[in-house]
Amino acid sequence: MTEEIIIAGFGGQGVLSMGKILAYSGIMQDQEVAWFPSYGPEMRGGTANVTVILSDDRISSPVLHEYDTAIILNQQSMDKFESSVKPGGVLLYDPNGISRHPERKDIKVYRIEGTRLAAEMGNPKTFNMIVLGAYLKVKPLVEMENVKKGLEKSLPARHHKLIPLNIEAIEKGCGELETVQE
Amino acid sequence: MGELRLMKGNEVIAEAAIRCGCDGYFGYPITPQSEVMETLMIRRPWDETGMVVLQAESEVASINMLYGGASTGKKVMTSSSSPGISLMAEGLSYLAGAELPCLVVNVQRAGPGLGTIQPSQADYFQAVKGCGHGDYKLIVLAPASVQEMNDFVDLGFELAFKYKNPAMILTDGVIGQMMEKVELADFKPRWTKEEIQANCGDWACTGKKDRKRHVSTSLELDSELMEQNNLRFQAKYKEIEENEVRYEMIDCEDADYIIVAFGSAARICQKSMQIAREQGIKVGMLRPITLFPFPTKTIEELAGKVKGFISVEMSAGQMVEDVKLAVNGKVPVEYFGRYGGVVPTPGEIVDAMKQKLIGG
Amino acid sequence: MDIKDIIKPENLVYDKTKVLTDNVMHYCPGCSHGVIHKILAEVIDEMGIQEETIGVSPVGCSVLAYNYLDIDWLEAAHGRAPALATGVVRLNPEKYVFTYQGDGDLASIGTAEIMHACNRGENIVVIFVNNAIYGMTGGQMAPTTLVGQVTATTPYGRELDLHGYPLKITELVAQLPGTSFVTRQSVQTPAAVRKTKKAIKKAFANVGQKKGTQFVEVVSTCSSGWKISPVASNKWMETNMFPFYPLGDIKDSEKETADKFKVQ
Repeated sequence: MTEEIIIAGFGGQGVLSMGKILAYSGIMQDQEVAWFPSYGPEMRGGTANVTVILSDDRISSPVLHEYDTAIILNQQSMDKFESSVKPGGVLLYDPNGISRHPERKDIKVYRIEGTRLAAEMGNPKTFNMIVLGAYLKVKPLVEMENVKKGLEKSLPARHHKLIPLNIEAIEKGCGELETVQE
Repeated sequence: MGELRLMKGNEVIAEAAIRCGCDGYFGYPITPQSEVMETLMIRRPWDETGMVVLQAESEVASINMLYGGASTGKKVMTSSSSPGISLMAEGLSYLAGAELPCLVVNVQRAGPGLGTIQPSQADYFQAVKGCGHGDYKLIVLAPASVQEMNDFVDLGFELAFKYKNPAMILTDGVIGQMMEKVELADFKPRWTKEEIQANCGDWACTGKKDRKRHVSTSLELDSELMEQNNLRFQAKYKEIEENEVRYEMIDCEDADYIIVAFGSAARICQKSMQIAREQGIKVGMLRPITLFPFPTKTIEELAGKVKGFISVEMSAGQMVEDVKLAVNGKVPVEYFGRYGGVVPTPGEIVDAMKQKLIGG
Repeated sequence: MDIKDIIKPENLVYDKTKVLTDNVMHYCPGCSHGVIHKILAEVIDEMGIQEETIGVSPVGCSVLAYNYLDIDWLEAAHGRAPALATGVVRLNPEKYVFTYQGDGDLASIGTAEIMHACNRGENIVVIFVNNAIYGMTGGQMAPTTLVGQVTATTPYGRELDLHGYPLKITELVAQLPGTSFVTRQSVQTPAAVRKTKKAIKKAFANVGQKKGTQFVEVVSTCSSGWKISPVASNKWMETNMFPFYPLGDIKDSEKETADKFKVQ
């Protein structure tokens, strides 16, 4: 099994940390992982994206140009990465702020109202975990127990009290996933 | 088994330095490697191992602080990215000329000039041909994973002290910024005064006591003697070439064609190999781990068995010259690369291989 | 009386310090370096710190200083001596570390290194030999060359519009909170030599007490570069250099502590 994912959105949406938690969860179940961010000036208040690879085998290139899954969280990223999803692959997106929805017919498309649900939870910072939950519903590649361990590993100890809230957000995301086309 | 972590290449350099008993880090911020010093400053190793970390006023100062520390038998290192390494070229020449051990990490970005902060391998010539003036070599290690970033810090120091020569880890923005699973080394204590005496006692400037004075210098105004110094250096480089070549061979046994690639380019080429093999092209890869010493003999041997080589680099074609020297005309040697901060795709590498090497 | 009756320890009036080697110095007649080397060696000897002292020599006429003082030495690239000294002292804080630099080395190519070493308050002694000219390369203009002074690259005298002003680097480093003792001395008379030796000794003692950067400028002559005799050189220095580079202590205080500048 090898899963190649791009997570793309705005800086501040928790794109990089979502990728990190996913990668750490992979390590917790003995998978090989790679996490490669876009870096540089585009990070400063602009778009941010990260490539995450989970695999049972040694990972070759950490830099990818096509993906099994694209998790898309703003319009710029939709424009940039919709075409990079492999045929038959997955596109998961938050419709908030999206004016041009996915058009490809050869991929599976899912929606998660992450922004709205995070607001409902009363904490916008749960956004990325809601999206992660939706992703894990589509591709249950890591077990919840390992996601929890991944959270413990990737969050500094002073934030460990927030783990239950994060788990709650992940579960919410799992429950609220909408299928657009399969 | 050591501690498992998910870490960035740059962060691992810092952690590995603390764990391998490094005495001092001197550096100056530059993208894409600033996390090295940032991680060290967060870790405060001076409280833990006594390791000194200092932000210098420039790369010029950092490399000369290394000269100072190295002269006293201490394990010292710096890290920078391409433009900063150019500024260190003078100092590296002096360190090599004074036969001082140290470790320099170059997390390459694309040039020339200020260029871009995106990854590149265009400092190959600078690293392996000696980037400052005079006839000298650096020992150059090229990690292709975050794990190797960890492993090569200790290895770099080991080789630097073994040969009293600066060692360089030549990596780039991909490996520096990427997070992977890494097994951290166990802590090794810093050398004690007695250990420095035992390991470096015949040359280190530790204070003249019951011996002749030690002078850490690259200067010798008598040209006959300076030639002798140079002959000694060349003999040392030859010894390094005989003893320290490191490389990895992947699927070369049945290969018709060999990709030669190092560092992050080698990672991308592994994917190209999968694609090519699926198309029935028998391709293998030689990944030089040491760029100096270069695996010349291995390439020479392979040249007798295969139909051709392609050197894949994130530069305009630098390592290809060394591959050609090794192959010495026996079979075709081609080059493919993207540069200026662009990372090649596995597919375009396969296409280039078919077009340039296989024909059609 | 036989010669053997005279050569006895109790009759000894002068003895070369053991910290000076027996190597014949390469300096020109009339050059100040020899005297400065000697008093530096005497200070190290008298303080009993030969085993604890590490020198950093520059690029310039004193590049070979390591041949004359019997201590461990590092030879720096041009201007970089304060960076080397930083590396040495940070990793060996118990040592007495000094740089020995000329005006081209310290005040031109090495301005960044000296400013920042002084500003960090590196616990080192800086001996700054200012003879207002590049000696080793054949008498070209230095940053400290006086206005109107003739050198190989100012054949009609230093011109302000063309070359800018002579640099009073010692006054500049005295402004930095990392320096504690900053002084300007000379060695053209026995009295001046004694004062300079006293200043160097104080600088080393201050380093022993971890007082930060100690900066001793010695205004010096360069008969070969100035193209005048040694005696006339001393006179020229007194007439022309002393008014612009006045002798005496510029700063003698404790290194400033950081807390008063800390953000609130």
